[in-house]
Amino acid sequence: MTTPAVTASSVSKSFAVKGGSVSALEGIDLEVAAGEFVSLIGPSGCGKSTLLRLIADLDQPTSGTVTVFGKTARQARIDQNYGIAFQQAGLLAWRTVGQNIELPLELHRVAKPTRRARVAELLDLVGLTDFADRYPEQLSGGMQQRVAIARSLAESPELLLMDEPFGALDEMTRERMQNELVRIKHETGAAVVFVTHSIPEAVFLSDRVVVMSPRPGRIQEVVPVRLGATGERDENLREATNFFSTVRAVREALHGVPVAESAARGVDIR
Amino acid sequence: MTRRRGVRPVLFGIAGIMLLGVVWEVYKALGPVKGVVINGLTVLPRTDDQSMPHLLTMVTRLGEPVLAEPGSLPLWQVVATSAGFTLGLAAISWLIGVVVGMLLAVLMQRFRTAESALLPWVILSQTVPIIALAPLVSGVGSQVRFGDAVWQDWMSVVVIASYLAFFPVSIGALRGLEAPERAAVELMHTYAVGWWTTLLRLRLPAAVPYLIPALRLGAASAVIGTVVAEVSIGLEGGVGRMMIEFASGSSGDPGKPWAPIFGAILIGLIAAGIVALLGTALKKYRRGEIAA
Ligand SMILES: Nc1ncnc2c1ncn2[C@@H]1O[C@H](COP(=O)(O)OP(=O)(O)OP(=O)(O)O)[C@@H](O)[C@H]1O
Ligand SMILES: [Mg+2]
Repeated sequence: MTTPAVTASSVSKSFAVKGGSVSALEGIDLEVAAGEFVSLIGPSGCGKSTLLRLIADLDQPTSGTVTVFGKTARQARIDQNYGIAFQQAGLLAWRTVGQNIELPLELHRVAKPTRRARVAELLDLVGLTDFADRYPEQLSGGMQQRVAIARSLAESPELLLMDEPFGALDEMTRERMQNELVRIKHETGAAVVFVTHSIPEAVFLSDRVVVMSPRPGRIQEVVPVRLGATGERDENLREATNFFSTVRAVREALHGVPVAESAARGVDIR
Repeated sequence: MTRRRGVRPVLFGIAGIMLLGVVWEVYKALGPVKGVVINGLTVLPRTDDQSMPHLLTMVTRLGEPVLAEPGSLPLWQVVATSAGFTLGLAAISWLIGVVVGMLLAVLMQRFRTAESALLPWVILSQTVPIIALAPLVSGVGSQVRFGDAVWQDWMSVVVIASYLAFFPVSIGALRGLEAPERAAVELMHTYAVGWWTTLLRLRLPAAVPYLIPALRLGAASAVIGTVVAEVSIGLEGGVGRMMIEFASGSSGDPGKPWAPIFGAILIGLIAAGIVALLGTALKKYRRGEIAA
């Protein structure tokens, strides 16, 4: 068996705040297999971003351990085992589209010809070849987001961490970006941990949807998505009946409606 | 578009100067000869030719020799030489101020404790009047010796002027270095690059929009500081001392004292122009900046 991309065991995280502490995550156990697409969904404040930040080593757990490809999260960050994209594209305004994508390669001293070739490849992948020399301010929000995704893919990471990357986009751009992400994921074979607020988005993209509940943040339920390999998914899937039934399953898990499989845990998380 | 934006302020500037000239001449023509004095306080100046010479007098005086003696250089040339001297001192002061200001800003950004320890002193430092500083600096300076080199008066002027120039630079640079969003800083962290690379690749470029106005203020402070320090230290050769000399020794020659003042204005314009050029050179780091 190959090493899982991410393992979180008994992970808890609390933040010190004025007059005490808030518990953001409690007893999180989660394994993301290599090449697997896992979405995190749940009400605002349930700790999705916090969990992602622990995996990215932008924060450390209060207790429990997070490993990435069998290493500590810190070592995985130093080894550049993951690429990350946030809700805000976070591009550097003084760099062109091409230069923004090039940034991680440049920082890690990749040779210039290799860099050039890789940037061209990525621009093609996200369909922005004609915009290589534009500056971020000259792009639409969706285009900026694509640049950020290309940047996160620059070093061909085996793990992609994405925190609501399509959150600020309109519905149409969003669906297009989802189709592209499915394609990119298929082409690169990377594992993805994807935070979202949209149930259809989670279902369309994922192999498994992790439903979380707040205060403290826990994993409420893990809904498997049996819609075939993510690479084979396309526009037609959005109309399929089993797509809708999975969407319903996630929604029920999210709202804690006591249906058959979740009856034992039928707590209302609102 | 951009050309328009470049030309407009210049036109406004010229119009402003012309308006000032018109007000000057109109007041001189219509105002009371003895000026306006309320309770012994002169509110508006006297309008006789000695106090308020015609603009034309000031300008034509520039072309005439400094002194009546034969072989005396034209006034404008003497003023230009002094202005060049003062500009040189101001430039050195500005450079020192920029280096010190940037170093302080980087230090304060790097270490939180340095910020809380240094910032109050940086701000307090500017409340010390130059008048109090001048004797102190030259007094301490005269004790300093580097081998055979002896402390010179111009060094005291540079110390005082750079003391004034570093302040706006350090404050502006600190704000600029702290300008990048948390997400951008964290992105650099995910790339596992250190503080130095983050400074060079993220914080410094992001600081440019804050730095340009800071450098402009620093340049203005360096020029004013140099002129005032020349007066209070008593350094010869620059426009500061020349203003005092010409003001006291030119009764019956009302145009003459204005020449070094024009010289000082010219220095200020050149300094502002150099910073503007710098801003143009760094244009690509100023995207999204609101036109100042
Ligand atoms: N740096 C911090 N200091 C204190 N509390 C924090 C911090 N970061 C997160 N929290 C708290 O942890 C909890 C989880 O936050 P988190 O950002 O992970 O939620 P989320 O699920 O991503 O929410 P959203 O969907 O709104 O993005 C929240 O209650 C939040 O207030
Ligand atoms: Mg979040």
